[in-house]
Amino acid sequence: MSDLKKIRDEFISKLKGKLDLAELNQIKSDLFGKNGLVSSQFKKIGTIDVSERKKFASDLNIIKDELHDLINFKINEIEKANINEKLEKEKIDVTLPERSFVRGKIHPVSQTIDEISSIFSEIGFSVEEGPDVENEYNNFTALNTPDNHPARDMHDTFYLDEKKERLLRTHTSPVQIRTMLKDKPPFKIIAPGRTYRSDSDQTHSPMFHQVEGLHIDKNINMGHLKGCLNYFIKEFFEVKKIKMRFRPSHFPFTEPSAEVDIGYEIKDGKIIIGEGDQWLEILGCGMVHPNVLKNVKVDPTKFQGYAFGIGIDRLAMLKYGINDLRAFFDCDYRWLNHFGFDPLDVPTNYRGLSR
Amino acid sequence: MKITFDWLKDHLKTNLKEKNLLEQLTNIGLEVESVESLSSDNQLFKVAKIIKTEKHPNADRLKVCDVNVGEKELKKVVCGATNASEGLITIYAPPGAIIPKTNTKLEIAKIRGVTSYGMLCSESELNLSDESDGITELSKKFEKNIGKSYFSKSKSNLIDLSITPNRPDCLGVKGIARDLAASGFGRLIASKEKKIKLKTKQTLKVKINKEKGQGCSAFGSCLIKNVKNTESPQWLKDKLISVGQKPISAIVDITNYVMLDINRPLHAYDADKIEKGIIVRNSKSGEEFTALDNKIYKLEKGMCVISDNKGVLGLGGIIGGTRSGTEFDTKNILLESAYFDPRSIRNTAKKLNLDTDAKFRFERGIDPLSIETGLKKAASLIQGICGGEVSKIDIQKIESYKTKIINFDVNSFENIVGFKISEKEIQRILTDLGFIIKKEKNSLKLIVPSWRPDISQQIDIIEELVRISGYDKIKTIDPIKDRSKSTLTQTQRLFHFLQRAIASKGYLETITWSFTDQSYNNHFREAGKEIKIVNPISSELGVLRNSIFSNLIMFMSKNLDRGFKDLSIFEIGPVFTGSKPGEQKTVVCGLSAGKKSRLSWIDKERNIDLFDAKRDVVQTLNEAGYNSDQFFIDSKTPNYYHPGKSGRIFLDHKKDKVAAYFGEIHPNILKKIDIKTENLIGFEIFLENLKLSRKTLKDQKLKFSVSDFQKSERDFAFVVNKDVEAQELISVISNVSPNLISNIKVFDVYEGENIPDNQKSIAISITIQSSEKTLNDKDLEKINNSIIEAVENKTGAKIRS
Repeated sequence: MSDLKKIRDEFISKLKGKLDLAELNQIKSDLFGKNGLVSSQFKKIGTIDVSERKKFASDLNIIKDELHDLINFKINEIEKANINEKLEKEKIDVTLPERSFVRGKIHPVSQTIDEISSIFSEIGFSVEEGPDVENEYNNFTALNTPDNHPARDMHDTFYLDEKKERLLRTHTSPVQIRTMLKDKPPFKIIAPGRTYRSDSDQTHSPMFHQVEGLHIDKNINMGHLKGCLNYFIKEFFEVKKIKMRFRPSHFPFTEPSAEVDIGYEIKDGKIIIGEGDQWLEILGCGMVHPNVLKNVKVDPTKFQGYAFGIGIDRLAMLKYGINDLRAFFDCDYRWLNHFGFDPLDVPTNYRGLSR
Repeated sequence: MKITFDWLKDHLKTNLKEKNLLEQLTNIGLEVESVESLSSDNQLFKVAKIIKTEKHPNADRLKVCDVNVGEKELKKVVCGATNASEGLITIYAPPGAIIPKTNTKLEIAKIRGVTSYGMLCSESELNLSDESDGITELSKKFEKNIGKSYFSKSKSNLIDLSITPNRPDCLGVKGIARDLAASGFGRLIASKEKKIKLKTKQTLKVKINKEKGQGCSAFGSCLIKNVKNTESPQWLKDKLISVGQKPISAIVDITNYVMLDINRPLHAYDADKIEKGIIVRNSKSGEEFTALDNKIYKLEKGMCVISDNKGVLGLGGIIGGTRSGTEFDTKNILLESAYFDPRSIRNTAKKLNLDTDAKFRFERGIDPLSIETGLKKAASLIQGICGGEVSKIDIQKIESYKTKIINFDVNSFENIVGFKISEKEIQRILTDLGFIIKKEKNSLKLIVPSWRPDISQQIDIIEELVRISGYDKIKTIDPIKDRSKSTLTQTQRLFHFLQRAIASKGYLETITWSFTDQSYNNHFREAGKEIKIVNPISSELGVLRNSIFSNLIMFMSKNLDRGFKDLSIFEIGPVFTGSKPGEQKTVVCGLSAGKKSRLSWIDKERNIDLFDAKRDVVQTLNEAGYNSDQFFIDSKTPNYYHPGKSGRIFLDHKKDKVAAYFGEIHPNILKKIDIKTENLIGFEIFLENLKLSRKTLKDQKLKFSVSDFQKSERDFAFVVNKDVEAQELISVISNVSPNLISNIKVFDVYEGENIPDNQKSIAISITIQSSEKTLNDKDLEKINNSIIEAVENKTGAKIRS
């Protein structure tokens, strides 16, 4: 038996035993180290007779590979087992809670304002604003509601001076006046914002929100008003059909004036908009009174159009099933969290108003 | 305005049903607010006759009555009324009926051992009158109705209308009937005037003083002598009760009836109590009188009073006085029918805080031509019920009514309303509403009826026509989806961006009132002006807020009391700097309380701190497009922040306007407000102080350039005086070689061992990278040295070796 075969057989049998990593490495070094058994055989190649040299080299390589692969295989096996053993120990309870996070929310009124703006944006309205503190002229007189007008009684006004010249605006309509004084017709605006009346009970809050609408151009008539509101209400409540009723009313700053009711019914304690035979008043509107146009230097023989005012809080209550108006401004964490919207839920035309 | 269909039928001939009426009223702008349906319940109340009465065996004051209620068997009813006697026709309520006055349901009950099947009712129990002495006594006429329901079905439905302030004419039943008739709901019945003989002269002199601001322009009157004031007859009582009015005496009831029927307020004086005639004049300052509501009113100068020689009798058109009021023993009366100026009425009533039916009507405008009609109608009723002789009618005037004329262009209707009605229809509607029409070449000349003070121009006519024609005829013109102007301005976009950016950092958005509690506001007002509301809802809501913090802190405290410990809330909205329009700013204000990672199994819990708020503010501004590398921050903050733990942010070194404040709320405030939390951190971002970028995203995104050359990170530790701010070092370093230096990061601040007192060590990591080449050791060494040199020279720092 040649040396080579002897070495092979000896080590193959050695490697069959149960060896740890150190022992394997020892064997590896015994064979392939600088003076290892296999390494020294390679050094012998030069001394071997030419006729046998080729075969010797070939046999040596075969043995080297065989032993080498076997050792590596064994080492791998042990390393794998070691890792598996380690991983087994590292197992963690993944049902433990994640690191805490907090979610902010957008107030339902803000969300509703964004929805309203998005809807009116589509039909060409832009958003205007006005100050919360108004003068008596913009809030009343310019809107064809002179000092002695009984309609003023319907606005329980907060005043900031004894002379009653400065007040908290009772509606968003003064934005009409400001807009028309500032620019030239045509006008096509909505103006959402805070409004104030000194009235406080279950259904009234001293502060609430309104959105004003104004469209002044040549030849804008009541049909356009009806069409605009019909479109808005359908879009806002995200229903295909809406039952809507225009009913004559009176506002000093519009003529003819109308109040708009929408049909609803109560199903399982929830209000369903657009069906049923009950009526719910949701807004006031009308054709802008020629006196108002004259007050803002717009020629009523050339320009005409409509205006409307909608209670935003009320719309939000109807759409999202909120019962109590007062809760809007009470900042109860639980309420805000329940009725608030995720800030990423931005109402848009392409994505829809609500999820 | 309360009416019944029955009363309407005095003026309206119609076969239509009440259901149609309710619809039509709303359709023509006379909104039905409510319908009180008493009939279904009231049907149970039957006309009945007492056949026999016996003393109750166990009670002296009670009687046991056998009552014929129209059934085979007589009902046994226990009754305590003294007037319950055999043969009396009265009203019987069976078990199950609900007594209107008490709203209680009757049951079969044993009263002192005797079973009573129902009850005999007094007028008061049925809300018919205040008469509670004894049971209702009906006349013999009712004998044939025994067993039938006492209340007829149609009579009892009370319809409450919400009449808009422009329609005084519809504060009378006749006016409503006129509108209905014009809209095709029945036909208006022409009023028949009962002719009465007016022989005698009106002997009480009436004079309207011609003076500045005289609120009365016409005063009509007649004397009715030798009347016998009594209770009103049943029909009149019924009528008033049916609309919720309380009958008082025939004379008062008649004046009320005429007012409700044709909207003509009248006043009846006891003529014998008037001293020498009537003077209508402006009041003198300090004059007093006792009004019919038994209150004494002290008058200001210039109020319109009806007076006699002795002084004020009443406030014209608002309320009469007790001195000249009519009583049951009144013999001679003076009936007044006048015209008072709405403005004068309104001013006086407002000043005296008085609201009466007459005032409500006069301030909206009474038909100036109804003076005589009203007097005649009332006089004839008084004469019919109370007897007496009626004098001729005397009308004093200082101003005559001028007829209003409108030239109406027929085409204007379609122009405004969008649909067309024929000229014939236009004429019919206007005629039915009382207009007198003269057809002219291109228009209609319209004489406006005197009872319509609301109509003065063409648009008013258009409104009448479309109202009567029906709003349902207005076509729906779909809107065009076209936008020529952007929906939001840049500022508005920023508003919405900030709102959602803050919310996305875990803050709950709140909306609180623009007014607040003065004591809370004072904590956050600094030198700001206090803006008081003259008439606040309550003293706790007495001022406009100078800061949003006052409300947020109040509500934060409430939420903490509810047991929530770690909370972040914010509001974006106005704060006020003055009481003029426009003296307001838009602020994003946030408030956080408590801890981070409370009760976490994984993270270490810690109190929330100002760097949490600073991160939220800086990140938000950054997201909104402001480069945080350019921010300048210092520690000058308002006095409601912790002086050492708060800062303000400018968008750049020019320090133009404060972009934001952040920091701990001053501990003194927490103590005063008694808020219980580990820490309270707030911030304010000032929307108007954020300069709007001229670049849109479109412009910003054009060029993309990054360097792929190798970058090196170098760490430095500088020892500086304690008062040197990190920002200063960063600013110096970033200026050394802006093209090569980026990402300057403070990674350690250390005071203590090995560092001299009053000094601290700041460790900074700096990234050095060129966009042109890979920097070699020599290049890096050079930059290092210039960084050290610059920092040492400019901040007095020493590099820590």
